[in-house]
This record gives sequence, C-alpha cells and structure tokens, in this order.
Amino acid sequence: MVSRLSPLDIKLLRDLWHMRGQAIAVGIIVACGVAIMVMALGTLSTLRASSDAYYERYRFADVFASVRRAPESLSTRLREIDGVQTVETRIVRLVILRLEGVTEPANAQIVSLPDEGESTLNRIVLFSGRYPEARSPDEIIISDAFAEANALVPGDTLEAVINGRLRTLNVVGIGDSPEFIYALSPGSVMPEDHLFGIFWMRRRALEAAFDLDGAFNNVTLTVAPGTETAPVIEQVDDVLSPYGGTGAYDRTDQPSNAFVDSEMNQLKTMARIIPAVFLLVSAILIHSILNRLIQTERQQIGLIKAFGYSRWEITWHYLKFAIAITTGGVLAGFAFGFMLQDMITHLYAETFRIPDLTWRVDGFALVISSFAALGSAIAGAMSAALGAARLSPAEAMSPAPPVNYHQGWLRYILQMRWLDEPTRLILRHTFRFPARTAANLFGIAAAVMLLVGTLFTFDAMDTMLDRMFFRTNSHDAAVTFFEARNDTAIGELARLPGVLMAEGVRDVPARVVSANRSERISITGLPPDSSLRRLLSADDRYIDMPETGLALSAQLADMLDVTTGDMVTTHILDGTRPVAELPVTAIVDEIIGTPAFMDLAALNALMDQAPTVSGAYLRLDPQHQADFEESVIERPGISGVSLRSAIIASFEETLQETIYIMMGIYAVIGGAIAAGVVYNAARISLTERGRELASLRVLGFTNNEVGYILLGELALVALVGIPIGCIGGIALAHLIATAMATELYRIPVTVNATTLGFAAGIVLVSSTVAALFVVRRVRSLDLIAVLKTRE
Amino acid sequence: MDTSAPSDKPSDVLLVGKGLERTFVTGEVSVRALRGVDVTLQRGELVVLLGQSGSGKSTLLNILGGLDRATAGTLQFEGKDLTHANDAELTRYRRRSVGFVFQFYNLVAGLTARENVSLVTEIADHPMKPDEALEMVDLGERVKHFPAQLSGGEQQRVAVARAIAKRPQILFCDEPTGALDSKTGIRVLEALDRVNRELSTTMLIITHNVGIGEIADRVLRMQDGRIIEETRPNRRLKPAEISW
Repeated sequence: MVSRLSPLDIKLLRDLWHMRGQAIAVGIIVACGVAIMVMALGTLSTLRASSDAYYERYRFADVFASVRRAPESLSTRLREIDGVQTVETRIVRLVILRLEGVTEPANAQIVSLPDEGESTLNRIVLFSGRYPEARSPDEIIISDAFAEANALVPGDTLEAVINGRLRTLNVVGIGDSPEFIYALSPGSVMPEDHLFGIFWMRRRALEAAFDLDGAFNNVTLTVAPGTETAPVIEQVDDVLSPYGGTGAYDRTDQPSNAFVDSEMNQLKTMARIIPAVFLLVSAILIHSILNRLIQTERQQIGLIKAFGYSRWEITWHYLKFAIAITTGGVLAGFAFGFMLQDMITHLYAETFRIPDLTWRVDGFALVISSFAALGSAIAGAMSAALGAARLSPAEAMSPAPPVNYHQGWLRYILQMRWLDEPTRLILRHTFRFPARTAANLFGIAAAVMLLVGTLFTFDAMDTMLDRMFFRTNSHDAAVTFFEARNDTAIGELARLPGVLMAEGVRDVPARVVSANRSERISITGLPPDSSLRRLLSADDRYIDMPETGLALSAQLADMLDVTTGDMVTTHILDGTRPVAELPVTAIVDEIIGTPAFMDLAALNALMDQAPTVSGAYLRLDPQHQADFEESVIERPGISGVSLRSAIIASFEETLQETIYIMMGIYAVIGGAIAAGVVYNAARISLTERGRELASLRVLGFTNNEVGYILLGELALVALVGIPIGCIGGIALAHLIATAMATELYRIPVTVNATTLGFAAGIVLVSSTVAALFVVRRVRSLDLIAVLKTRE
Repeated sequence: MDTSAPSDKPSDVLLVGKGLERTFVTGEVSVRALRGVDVTLQRGELVVLLGQSGSGKSTLLNILGGLDRATAGTLQFEGKDLTHANDAELTRYRRRSVGFVFQFYNLVAGLTARENVSLVTEIADHPMKPDEALEMVDLGERVKHFPAQLSGGEQQRVAVARAIAKRPQILFCDEPTGALDSKTGIRVLEALDRVNRELSTTMLIITHNVGIGEIADRVLRMQDGRIIEETRPNRRLKPAEISW
C-alpha cells in the first residue's frame, strides 16, 4: 500500500525533482565536505585503533634509552625505579649492508633478541619463517618492508659489514615490530625501504661482534598504567649517565611513534579546516536556491497560508527542502568518503607498517559530519524559510513588486560610450543584487582558495627538497661513526677515492632548558667555515656559524620561547655531562626537526674533549662515486653512509606515487565547488530572467548573445573571484602549514605561479562546463509563451 | 480565402503565406490550430487580425513572425522561402526584418527606456537613434527611466519604440493594448499609427477589440483556424476617433 504523503510533501518532492540539477550540484558540494571529514576522521581512528592494538599486543615500550656500554647488572637498578614494570636490555647497532645489485650504501639497524625465545617488549610479529636459532650467530629476521623492496625471503642471504668485518647473514624470518611502524635511517626524512632495514639477531652473536659481552647499549621499559614518564626518565638518566647514557625519552620522542602522531595530527587538521569551506559554500548555495524558490512560489505560499497553514508549517516545509538536499549529499559523502578512506588507507599501509591496517567505519565521523552538514544547511535555509513564513497571505498573493533598478554611482561607468547594452545589462544586474553577487564571488573564490590551499603542499615539497638537499645540506654523502672519534678520521675519509672534500660533524644529545620549558634535542657541532652543511636565516640568507653560543632552529626557539641574546641552560647528555649557560646567538630556518647548532671547537671545548667528531659530510667526485661506495663500506668504525642522490630519488619516488592521486582528488573537489556555484547561479538567473531572455530571442538575439547576457555576470564574478581566491588560498596555506607543523618537520609556505594557474584553470574549466549545461537550456526557451504571459 | 488585394503590383507584396496549417500534438490529443490559411501582407499596409480566443490568430502571428514553423503550407518573405528555414535563419529574419510588440511589454527591467531601445539598435543594420524612436512615441522626456518607474502605457510605448527603432519592414503586435485601459491604449495605437504612416512600416495587429479594426487598411477575421472574412473600412480612422 502506498503511504499517503501530505500535499505539502508531494509539492516538496515535485520541487526537488524540478530543481534536481541544482539539488545535485549542492549535494555534490556537501558530499565532498562530508567525504573529507569521513575520510580524515575515519583514517585517523583506523590509524589510532590499529596502532594502539599493535602497541598493546606486541608490547611497545614506554621509555627508551641508549647508552655507550652498561653492565647487564644495571638492569636490576632500572627495574627498581618507582613505576617501572618491565625492563629489557638489548644491543642496537647500525650496520652497513652490501646488497646484490644495489650500488648505493644500504644500512640496517640490528636489534638484539634474547638468546632464548621472543623479546619481552617490542615483540616481533612474524609474517613468515621462524626465529633465529640460539646457537646460529648468522641467522636474522628482517623487516617486512625491506624484504619486500629487495625481494628477500627466508632462505636468502645477504652481506653486512659488522664492526668492520664483512659477514654473510641468513634470512630465517620476516617480521615487524611496533617500534618500527615508520622506519627511518638516521638523517633520512622518508622511508627508503630498499636501502634501510631492521634486522633482529640473537644477542649472543651481537655481544661477540660488538665486544659487548655481559653488557648492553640500549634499554626499553614499560611503566605501570597511569605512571608519569618524566620522573622515570629522570631516574633512568641518573642510572645510565655514568655509562655513557645519552638521555632516555618516552613515546612522544620515539621517532616511529612521533611520525604516526604527526600524521594523525595532519588528519585532524584536515578534518577541521577543509570540510568547513565546503559546508559554508553549500549553506550559501542553499540559501540562494531557497530564496529563489520562495520568490517563485510567493503566491502559492500566500494561498497555503490563507488555507490556514501555520508559520511553523511553512518554515518546516522549506527547511525540509534543505534537509532533503543535504541528506542526499551526506549519504553520497559517506560513500565517497569510504572510497577515499580505502584509497588513503592503502597509501598508508605502504608507509606505516601496521598489521591489520584495514579501513573501518568510524561511527563518530559519520555522526559529526552529518550534524555539521545538516547544521550548516539549516543555518543557510533558515532566514529564507522564515522569510516565507512571515509573508502575509494578502501580500504574498499579489505579484511581487518589480525589481526597482535605479541610477546609482554605477551610472558613471555605464555612461561610457563603448559599452554595449548587453554589457551594461550585465553590469547593472551584477551590482543590483550585491548580496547574491557576493555569494557567487565567495563560492568561486572558495573553490580557488581550497585548491591553492591544498595544492601548495606540492610546491612546499619542492622547497623542502631544495632547502634540505641543496641550500643547507650541500654534501653528497653523510658518514656516521659508531662512536665519536678523533678528528683525524676526517683526514682518512678525505683520502678515500672519489672524495673531494670532507668536513667533520659532531652530534651530541642534550637537554636545553629555559625558564620552565625544556626540550631534548641533538646539538650539531659544525666547523666555522662549513660549506657542506650551511645555515639559513629566516629571510633565506646564508649565515655564518656563530663562534660562541647556540644557533637554534626557529621552531626550537619558539618551543623554548627564547630569542637571540637569551640564555639557555644546556645539559649535555654525553661524556662528562657538562651543564652550561649558553647564549642564543642565531636563529636559523630549518625544515626538519628542531635542531640546534654550535661551533664544533666550542662544543668539544664544552665537553672538555680533544677535537672529536661523530660523523662527516663529504663532497664526492661524480666520476668516482662508485669507487667511494666500494671503499667506504670496508672502513672500520663506520656505522652508516647515506647518499644524497639516493635520498632524493626515494623522496621523489614516494612523492610521485601520491602526487597524482592527491592532485586528482583535490582537483575534483575544487572543481565540484566551482561547478556547483556556477551551475546554481546560472540556473537561478535563467529562472528569474527566462522571460526577459526569451523576449530578446524573439527580438532577434542569437542563442550566443543571450548566453552572453546570462553568463557574462558569472564571467565577471569569476574574473574577480579567482584573484581573491588566490590570495585567500595563500592565507589558507599559511593556516594549514601552521596547523600541521610538528616537532618533526614544518611545511614551508611556497605557492608557485603554476599552482595558482592550475587552480584558476580547474575553476575556469569546471565553471565553463557547468555554464554550458545551462546555456543548452537557452535553446529551449519558449519564445511563444513569453508573448502571452505576464511576469 | 485569398486575402491579397487584387489590384496590387507584385513588388508591393512583402509576406505571403499559403495553405498554412499548424497542428499541436500533446500525447494522444492533436489540435488543428490553423486549417489552411492564405495570407498576403502588402508593403506599408496596416492590417488588423480579429478573432476570439482560440481562433488561431496568435498561432498565425507566431508563424508569420518566425517564432514557429507551420505543419504544412509555405511562407515567403520578399520572395524568399521561409518554410524550411532553420533556427539561425529564423533568428536572422527576426533580427533584420521583423519587430514585435507584446501584450505585456516584455521590457528588460535592468535597462532604462533608452537602453531597452539601444539593446535592439545595436544589433540592427540601419537603426534610428534610440532617442528618435522614443520621440516618435512621445517619450522623449522619459529616456532615463527604468520600466518600474513607467506606467503600463508608457512601458508599452517603449516597447513600440524598441520594435520600430531598427526600422523593421514588418511589425507584429500581439494584443498591444490588451493590458491597458482605453485612454492609454489609444495613446499606444496613436504611436503605432504614426509609425505606419511616417515610416511606411507594414503592421499586423492582433486584437479581439473590434473597434481597433477602424484604424486599419484591412481587417481579417479568424475563426476555428481559418480566415473567414476580409473587410476594408471605407475610411481609416484616427485612433482617437475609434469606439473602444
């Protein structure tokens, strides 16, 4: 049996059907906003739930610490610290690999496993194979991403330089651990799966290889639920510092976890800022559509009120119109959002090695996005609906008074002789309805703004690349030593084949304190005239390394709330652990991390040590790079070598993978806004002026001439809206960059002319397509009806 | 019934419709609005077409004015066949040769009186000046007024000025006084009469007001899709002299 709809509801359905084009256009914009919210919040909760479950199940530690060499007996003292639950000591070392068919130097971080069974903390999820035998010193489990990138399976072998000796290792298993969801080699910014892996090996084999019998150089521990980590860290540092402890840290500073956190932060920002723009535009469109509908239905409204319908019934009737359109958009948005979420989750699964990272429906995202969409639609519709309800029946049933044009200031422009009448008509119409023009202007500008505000990230990536690998890090290779060494090591490196220049560098863990703010950082000591690692000022000029004091990155200075000339208390977390009051002598602009720099000699003096380095930057002769790669891995004492060319290649490869997908998504949604706005504006204009335009057709105007009058106003709005959108987009880019900046990196705001052009192009193309849909209707204007009908 | 004047020379013939038929089909219902109409309009004559609602007079005007196509029959303008003209050719015909005056004025609300006229003169080949056209309909003083600031009669006179400004060869007026009272209606007719006399513009005025027939050279009467009668008044009256 067909359920009986009230006559008003039947009218509503007919209105919707009649205005389906406009309803769909608005629905698409709502859908985009909802989809982004569903995608971002859904991915966020997927990422959070999956990583939390992974952390829980595989016992991700709470506190991490490195030490030069500590006797195993120390673990008992660590266990006695208040709040500590489980302690696991281990050996962690970086080694150089020799991979078949790979010329670039590859590294692995070797992590020890207990001699028997599995680790207690940071346990391995084993995908294939088995654990190494206790007595087989050459068996390893390798990380999944590395295995995949190098096509390694259990049973394969590979060569590693362990403490200067080349050894053949047998892969017996493939797995992952919650400690390495995002596995970065030192000095790298993006995972390079084929050049960096995590290896797990029995501890006995590593003790022998690194001369750490009965000792450990790394410890992880968990604390009782609800325990603050800060006091624990302090006590761990006290225990480990005599043994060369470099400062304990908790999950927030654990690199892999910090990257996952930063990604979640970005998703949150996206969910907050971008859908708001969409919903604002859709609210404005709903407002203008309803206003128009109500004007058309003025007499009907009068009649309905005369029948005795209440104000509330009329208001509700028109609100339902907005709700119906929005509900359609919300449902489509759910579907589109799930699709996007699936796509993004696949992308994430490539980067974040979390088992079971499959997308799931986030109920909260659905509820919050529906509320936001419906709320904004009702807000947009309310004033129009109330306006309809307030009409008095008698007034409403008489025809609306004609639009009263008058000669305003505009006449000075309109008097210009060269203006033709159609253009004059366009100008007059544009300025006669300033609110409507402003709404259309906002819509177009919002589309451009959104495109610029999202697409700028690709320009930012270029800037990041340029900054990181050319302007500041102008070296071809970076070498890390196992331990700090006398700077004669630099001379030795300089003599290797293919090396044109070598500069020493020293990285020292430290805690810097200013007032009640404290940050754990790494201080990098550089030679005063360093040309392979340079510093940039905020205004992009090279600055010299100050002879004294600290050069802080702008982010770090912000976090400590200090500026040039302020003093900071610096606790060196290495060697004799000196504490010094150091002046901030420069603020430098850095993209990655929150580094601090110091003159190398001054740093060594502070630590009361002879000239010491922990690594080196090299300039290589491109002709002899292969010779260098061959010889460097045979040098003892070197734990890692990274080549700039390899990092750039991997950076670009990662970008290439995502760039087209993301650009495509942004282009579609930006285009959807512009198309929706233009389609609606043109349809409203056609409805209002159909009679006028048909009259012009009767008078001999061609379809194109009438099309010009219909769309000229929108072209004018686009012409003004696009530059406004570009400016708004740059502002949005700043807002997004600020909101997304973390301690790990910040996004420099660079917007290239090509990006502005691309955004403008998308908006123009989608607007034109939408406009052409409406122009088609000019052809079907009823020329005969206009002769007979009264407005 | 042949409505041409037998004594006229061939070169005086402007528009000839022969055997015009128009059938409207809506679903299963078909309505024959024109049932074989022969009509000839001479240069410079003022013809009034009378008939009740539904007699087919508007349908005939739409076909003669190039707004609609006949289902059968032929239409020639200055000897050129328009029977099978496409949309672009009909647009050109309306643009160059035809003027329209509508019952409800159909002025562009966003343009002043002068601008409404300019709208048409801009696309015409040899138009008169907009002010000149407005002078002809006695609106020289109100050129800067918007439609909303003009009375109904004034608006209709702007529409007449707009229609004649491009010097059309033929002017079609569909119930030009239908929405007006007698006083203002007569002023509009005076404007039309003056245009016909001074510019020799051929005119076809549709009306159901029999009195208006008295200002015409010829009066055609339609009924049920046919022209059933043609009369020539003994003397063409001035609009002020007619009985409304």
